[in-house]
Amino acid sequence: MQEKKSYLSEVFLFVVVAAFAAVPLLRPSSYQIMLASHILVWGLFAVAFNMLWGVTGMLSFGQALYFGLGGYGVGLMMKHLGEVWFLPGMITGLIAAAILAVLIGLLIIRVSGVFFTVLTLAFGQLAWQICFRWYHFTGGDDGIQNLIPPGILGNRIVYYYFTLALVAVSIWLLLRLSQSPMGVLLRCVRQNPNRVPFLGLSVRYSQLRIYVISSLFSALAGSLAAGVDNSIHTDMLYWTTSGEVILMSVLGGIGQFFGPFIGAAAIIVIQDVVGAKTEYWPLIIGLVMMVMVLVFPRGVVGEAQALRLWLKSSRRSDGG
Amino acid sequence: MQPVLELKNLNKAFGGLRVTNDVGFTVMPGDITAIIGPNGAGKTTLFNQITGHLVPDSGCVLFRGEDITGMAPQSIVAKGMGRAFQVTSIFPEETVLENVRMACLARRNEARRPFRNVSTFKQATDDAYAILESIGLAQYAERAAYELAHGDQKLLDIGIALGLQPTLLLLDEPTSGMSPDERQLTRDLIVRLWKEFNLTMVFIEHDMDTVFGIAQIVRVLHLGHLLAEGTPDEIRNNPEVITAYLGEEVQ
Amino acid sequence: MDLSFILVQLVSGLTMATLLFLVASGLTLIFGVGNVFNFAHGSFYMLGAYFAFQAVATLQTNFWVALLIAALGAGLLGMCAEFLFLRRIYGRTEEGGFQILLTYSFILVIDDIVKIIWGTEYKSLLRPAGLRGSVELGSITLPTYNVMIIVIGLAVVLLAWLILSRTRPGRIARATALDREMLSAMGVNVPLTMTLVFGIATALGGFAGALAAPLRSVTPGAGIEVIIDSLIVVVIGGMGNFWGAWLGALILGEVMAFAVAIVPEWASVVSYVVMVLTLIFKPEGLFAPRQTRTV
Ligand SMILES: Nc1ncnc2c1ncn2[C@@H]1O[C@H](COP(=O)(O)OP(=O)(O)OP(=O)(O)O)[C@@H](O)[C@H]1O
Ligand SMILES: [Mg+2]
Repeated sequence: MQEKKSYLSEVFLFVVVAAFAAVPLLRPSSYQIMLASHILVWGLFAVAFNMLWGVTGMLSFGQALYFGLGGYGVGLMMKHLGEVWFLPGMITGLIAAAILAVLIGLLIIRVSGVFFTVLTLAFGQLAWQICFRWYHFTGGDDGIQNLIPPGILGNRIVYYYFTLALVAVSIWLLLRLSQSPMGVLLRCVRQNPNRVPFLGLSVRYSQLRIYVISSLFSALAGSLAAGVDNSIHTDMLYWTTSGEVILMSVLGGIGQFFGPFIGAAAIIVIQDVVGAKTEYWPLIIGLVMMVMVLVFPRGVVGEAQALRLWLKSSRRSDGG
Repeated sequence: MQPVLELKNLNKAFGGLRVTNDVGFTVMPGDITAIIGPNGAGKTTLFNQITGHLVPDSGCVLFRGEDITGMAPQSIVAKGMGRAFQVTSIFPEETVLENVRMACLARRNEARRPFRNVSTFKQATDDAYAILESIGLAQYAERAAYELAHGDQKLLDIGIALGLQPTLLLLDEPTSGMSPDERQLTRDLIVRLWKEFNLTMVFIEHDMDTVFGIAQIVRVLHLGHLLAEGTPDEIRNNPEVITAYLGEEVQ
Repeated sequence: MDLSFILVQLVSGLTMATLLFLVASGLTLIFGVGNVFNFAHGSFYMLGAYFAFQAVATLQTNFWVALLIAALGAGLLGMCAEFLFLRRIYGRTEEGGFQILLTYSFILVIDDIVKIIWGTEYKSLLRPAGLRGSVELGSITLPTYNVMIIVIGLAVVLLAWLILSRTRPGRIARATALDREMLSAMGVNVPLTMTLVFGIATALGGFAGALAAPLRSVTPGAGIEVIIDSLIVVVIGGMGNFWGAWLGALILGEVMAFAVAIVPEWASVVSYVVMVLTLIFKPEGLFAPRQTRTV
């Protein structure tokens, strides 16, 4: 039964990837391509975040730090060394994110609950402050513009497929992770952290591992975003970015692997429809968050599944 | 023969309250021992110190000749000490199978594998099914653990501990909250597991039928210190124990 | 660096510390008593500032009345927020995470409502008439208003301490922190206590915001900076620890005052450094009682 389930997830992933691969065939505008790219990038960011929160129970309010780091890895390299440094910039950003995640992770896994959340927020804001103030290196509030990936990647369509490939592989790896022994262990850490040591396993080591893994994929999403937008900005590091990825996960549903991806797609589409017409975007996401938390804590995917189960059981009881 | 477990002059206080008072005893391989004592005598606290959940103020704990005082639970457990809890401690949203399989994976050092699907770990899965068979939960393997009845959850807790194939198994009130029938079954089960898995067992229990029915050695804890130890018959007839502890129950 | 420079910075640090403490004490109160983490606490601070501004602007009240209106308004809104929303998620599994998310949504909503009502431009509030001058203390000159903040802060600390340790409601509030079920079995109205404590906490936040308004400009978005600063205070002092918050505020206030004077560009970064150092050496906060090791 479980094998069947895991096989279904992989089929679903394949279908989604195929659908995204078909997008350029519809001759979309470059704006629509960008929209699809945003869904991919933020979808990866949200899925990676959910490994931390939905799976392991570590609510980080500072994943913007790694998203931004990925972006700035690309941006700073291209700004200071030249545009051919796009790929090395990506790799540098990833390495930097991994190192930083280990260092910060070692500090913050010592606390749990609200404290963990608060500390992740503080480290995120620290990074934002530094980036904001260090004007002559990072460009401060101006950000960095004109980040056109070099060579063939400079082509919109090619870059779209490049993004799709990396996102697809990443999400597939995370899917495998979530169904592996380590994935089960992480869920156990969330459900009953007191029991885990009595399996001879360390809670903190598991938490550190997933913190680093999640941060790494967040950084990858950030570096891809730099190429999608052809620019980066300090907002990538700002705490509202962390808030947004949390909202995506809550909206989609943190109990399901693909929930956050669907939440990301929904937010980006809503933002596209509504955002252009209103300056009160924060108010809207605040209200959405409030409704989700109060009324639909399982998220869209989770509630849909609950509804399906309920329909099934009521139909069964009708028949019997 | 080397003892499996040796406690020497263990002391622990919470604030001013001395919960463990100079406790020392030895458990030999293959023994099945009961620890009894009134509520609040410090039995669970003693287990907590043995398994590394609490650090004793003084004294030491030797496990198979090695000093394990102050080690983290995960290191102690990895050396072959299993534990089930007074307040049932399972992974509620996982299936019954997954609960036990996690322990089996941990024992095989496979619990941190990040890529292969968990159900393809054949050995651990087989081990887990074998344990579920022996504790009688095999028919619930695919159920979520929280759906089990209370008594079955307690058994699952023991099943998780068994997954680690421990040499020493500590059970904290395995029959608490069970009906008399369930108690009888659990009692038989404990004896069977003890033989089947070649275990050394120490269990805490309030139910006297269980204590005197299966323990070879009984130790009485009272206000944190070891009041008496001996065979069930010796304990039954020990006047100190009768006044301090059994007296309350008999009346 | 001469002596009077150091003295001036010390007093300025004390002013900052007092304001920090006033905000952080509300945060720590509601966490200590109700086990609720109010991420939006800084937004109530910001609301306090706007309420005071509005009271002076439209009602022509004097500053002191405005201060009261600010505290009352923030407190009432806080009670509504608790009563209408937060109360619904108490006891839910993984309540902690949902508390953070719900109060996070408050931040976003309050921020935008403030923008709708008052616009995005800076608002400023004048110091009350009698307090615009400065006082001479030996060789140094200090703004009267800052000195008054310190005095008010001390008074609030004393008052809070008296209430918490000497009155029945105070003792109930502290006991609620210990055991909600036991108290409700004893006939204490726990939900009402929670709402009231939430009101007091947010009123403290609003009060601090109004008090700080003449020193800092009032803008939307101030909430998040304030919450991070008070979080740092609370991390240094140990969450839920009243006196810890006071000492944490003192340390952070002084460090910030000197940082502002010496490395103005990087002052805000310095406060994080203090927090990181605390975390490295004493993750449970400097003043948290030593806990029995659990794993
Ligand atoms: N972490 C702790 N902090 C303070 N006191 C504790 C702690 N753990 C246990 N105690 C106290 O130590 C005493 C012994 O507790 P313990 O749980 O060991 O008793 P027990 O013998 O297992 O009782 P029972 O039969 O009810 O399970 C009790 O008075 C208890 O209140
Ligand atoms: Mg006990």
